[in-house]
Amino acid sequence: MPKDHGIGASQKRREDVRFLTGAGNYTDDINLHGQAYVYFLRSDMAHGKINKVDTEEASQMPGVVRIFTGADFEGIGGLPCGWQVTDKNGDPMKEPAHPVLAQGKVRHVGDPVAAVVADSLEEARTAAEAIELDIEELPAVVDMKAALADGATKVHDDLSDNLCYDWQFGTDTEATDKAFAEAAHVTTLELVNNRLVANPMEPRVAVGDYSRANDESTLYTTSQNPHVIRLLMGAFVLGIPEHKLRVVAPDVGGGFGTKIFHYAEEAFCTFAARQINRPVKWTSSRSEAFMSDAHGRDHVTKIELALDADNNFTAVRTDTYANMGAYLSTFSSSVPTWLHGTLMAGNYKTPAVQVNVKAVFTNTVPVDAYRGAGRPEATFQLERVIDKAARELGVDPIALRRQNFITQFPYETPVAVAYDTGDYEATMAKMEELMDIPGFPERRKASEAKGKLRGLGVNCFIEACGIAPSNLVGQLGARAGLYDAATVRVNATGSISVMVGAHSHGQGHETAFPQVVAEMLGIDESMVDIVHGDTSKIPFGMGTYGSRSIAVCGSAMVRATEKIINKAKKIAAHLLEAAETDIELKDGQFSVAGTDKSVAWGDVTLAAYVPHNYPLEDIEPGLEETAFYDPSNFTYPAGAYACEVELDPETGEVTIEKFVSADDFGNVINPMIVEGQVHGGIAQGIGQALLENCAYDENGQLLSASYMDYAMPRADDLPHMANYTVDHSCQTPCTHNPLGVKGCGEAGAIGSPPTVVNAVIDALQSGGHKVEHIDMPVSPSRVWAAMNG
Amino acid sequence: MYSFDMVRPTSVADAVSALGQDEAQALGGGQTLIPTLKQRLAMPSVLVSLSGIDELKGVCREDNGDLSIGGGTTHATVAAEAAAHYPGLASLAGGIGDPAVRNRGTIGGSLANNDPSACYPAAALGSGATIVTNTREIAADDYFQGMFTTALEEGEIITSVRFPVPEAAGYAKFEQPASRFALTAVYVAKYADGVRVAVTGASENGVFRWTEAEQALSSNFSPDAVAGLSVPADGMISDLHGTAAYRAHLVGVMTKRAVAAAS
Repeated sequence: MPKDHGIGASQKRREDVRFLTGAGNYTDDINLHGQAYVYFLRSDMAHGKINKVDTEEASQMPGVVRIFTGADFEGIGGLPCGWQVTDKNGDPMKEPAHPVLAQGKVRHVGDPVAAVVADSLEEARTAAEAIELDIEELPAVVDMKAALADGATKVHDDLSDNLCYDWQFGTDTEATDKAFAEAAHVTTLELVNNRLVANPMEPRVAVGDYSRANDESTLYTTSQNPHVIRLLMGAFVLGIPEHKLRVVAPDVGGGFGTKIFHYAEEAFCTFAARQINRPVKWTSSRSEAFMSDAHGRDHVTKIELALDADNNFTAVRTDTYANMGAYLSTFSSSVPTWLHGTLMAGNYKTPAVQVNVKAVFTNTVPVDAYRGAGRPEATFQLERVIDKAARELGVDPIALRRQNFITQFPYETPVAVAYDTGDYEATMAKMEELMDIPGFPERRKASEAKGKLRGLGVNCFIEACGIAPSNLVGQLGARAGLYDAATVRVNATGSISVMVGAHSHGQGHETAFPQVVAEMLGIDESMVDIVHGDTSKIPFGMGTYGSRSIAVCGSAMVRATEKIINKAKKIAAHLLEAAETDIELKDGQFSVAGTDKSVAWGDVTLAAYVPHNYPLEDIEPGLEETAFYDPSNFTYPAGAYACEVELDPETGEVTIEKFVSADDFGNVINPMIVEGQVHGGIAQGIGQALLENCAYDENGQLLSASYMDYAMPRADDLPHMANYTVDHSCQTPCTHNPLGVKGCGEAGAIGSPPTVVNAVIDALQSGGHKVEHIDMPVSPSRVWAAMNG
Repeated sequence: MYSFDMVRPTSVADAVSALGQDEAQALGGGQTLIPTLKQRLAMPSVLVSLSGIDELKGVCREDNGDLSIGGGTTHATVAAEAAAHYPGLASLAGGIGDPAVRNRGTIGGSLANNDPSACYPAAALGSGATIVTNTREIAADDYFQGMFTTALEEGEIITSVRFPVPEAAGYAKFEQPASRFALTAVYVAKYADGVRVAVTGASENGVFRWTEAEQALSSNFSPDAVAGLSVPADGMISDLHGTAAYRAHLVGVMTKRAVAAAS
């Protein structure tokens, strides 16, 4: 019988009560007394020289409090990049200034030129129309290869060119070349990993507040990591010490990576509130979100796979151009390098793996981490080239993968620290079983009888999650630690508040985290609440991204709870007049082993706070413990996915008829929440594969600037639940964290795009169309063009 | 949006009078105009809402058998109330946008806007409908004059649309993946005196009749009749979602499907 309590129970999400009844408290719900509103006047040009920003007339408009321009931020820090990547020549990456408001030049459509603060948003917007801009349009660089050509227009005049870094990682060139020279077969594929806009349901919002009485600033913001924002903004941008700066990320309606980063609007609202001594609020419109939220992906790649005569993979080499956009967003530099390169071995024991990445500045919105961040880009190219190789060699794509699986753990690939554990055969077998692979030919026939083509696509993937060991990432260029923290505060009557550094913006931490504490203490989950999102309440944790919350912050919570248990046992031993080593905790009762003497959890917690009968000479009163946890390795969730598509050869339309994911997340705290995470991830992956496309024209104008042109996945784009199986029964627990968990937030978005594209190509091939690749999104128009090309 | 005045007259006469003011603009269901205002792309002085005019609403069968639909009738109402009289038209109305759009958007608003990717222009042109305004009657063949352009004069209000009811009609829409407007859609209607075929979403000139297909289908109303026909890609829309060649191809496919779906 499934558990209804503790670890492994599919408890319904307690936070949904407030989310589903409109009782959530999102940043836009925060309205402070006397607040003013800011409207950002944004560049409609991709690239231009600012000659003059004349705000004189606009400043006289009704309701205007003050208008800020780049000049107001002279001498104030710019937005920092949190990861230093070293070029293959040993040089640091080029790191251009990123002013809060544009200075000297505008560099992408949406770059903020001026900020009008007024009594109302409409007044601010009207005044912004009266600002006279004299901006001389410059040629824009959009295409990455063109941006690197000799004589290309420079995005940043003070840099030598548009190359941020040229990075190389993995097996050296000599050994890689040798492997390719000796290969029996080499398969090459050139592909694009399409640029995406994250589009969380809640757009970004920032409210800055300032108290002159105590010189304290508060920023309410839609962030996945309030402490990171406090550190970056306080220390690097505005020079506000931590004790005078509070950052609150209340309920946040989806992040998907794009709310990790420190944005200009956050710094602006905090800064402006101090300047005008009034709260300042900004709520992004959806149109602004398209041109100011960091975008995702945007890689152009050539990948080569070498095989020996027995079809063993002998080498992988990739050359990627990674678009940084116009400025370096907070973690942009790490995505195409350490989050991508280290996954290029995939699930396979390929002895030589070399990764080359050129990061390029262009006149486009900055690009940074988006659900999966680097790992989807790695998986997509590797799994696409393996599929192509299987077809060229005439072998079964499942068998080819299986033959090359890593089977011994721990395993160190040429591009990663050691994969600690895994069982790729188990997830592959589970996928085959759930997919009913033997039944595919019949299903294909049925589709063909309707005039449709049917394709089967499979894909294996591995990700590095639980980001990450601080000493390791520090060596790799991270400018932050990546531990997390939790404080377990037991109240006198036994209820518990757990203050965590992780941030929940849809993940269900408020439900899942208490399940762990409840399991450890043997008490009911209803006695445990989670507090997150406010730097004045929680310990210094690094927040939520990279599928790290339960693996890193959950581990900190376990460590803090263990400290609680140790102290509580001392108190119980005193109350029971027994030796501490004889005290056992079970079902919320402390008992003396081998006797019927016991005290309840509540008796012990009360004693801690009413220490009348208490070992004060040995231990302090109270029952509150904090732990910081820094993982010793990444976690390595992995899985095998498959899908079947139907393709209408008349229109090129692709529909997903059946989808199976077999994931290994290690131990699972709340299976329902995990399944929901995978469902959402797969929806986003299918969105990338079939629908989503952030496109610029050659002048740097954003073509997909609204939902009229940017296609988000909708329910009817996904397979019916009856044909959609999400499995996580294969579990090889993580060997190095106390819960044996690996993380599940990004798997679906990593595993699904190549699955879908592999299936589309299989469908086309079955119809006699010699199509080897279609770039995502695999839209009807592109499929038809490929069939008729 | 910019500030504006708003009036909500209860008669066509009052609406016409209100529309005589400087920079006045009629507001139907607002499915295009409201987003336009929110983007500050229009600056009317006064919005004349037509939603309070009962005489603009409703679906009724006329003595000559035509189906008359009030200009202020929502898509949802047409989908429900035209089904018994003109199922092809009801089906088209039931497939416009999503439930929110169908409960606000009106047939008059759609035809007055004449979005090149909208559904209703295909039905009106494909049915040879008559656009009835407060001043005159305009044949559909004369009404549509290119993308977002119609025969309507300033201040003229569509009071009703009169559809001759065909023996059979069908609509096949290939949706643009993002907006779910028609990337290319075709309406076919079979009348005693011949078949009409109207194409929306495809052409840079907005909705148009495919006369070659009309001739073929008039002699043989079956999908096979158009199998060998094609329209040239010249003049077709080319954008993120499909090239001109793709749209031209879809015209053929959707025509075939519309015939197959006709009832």
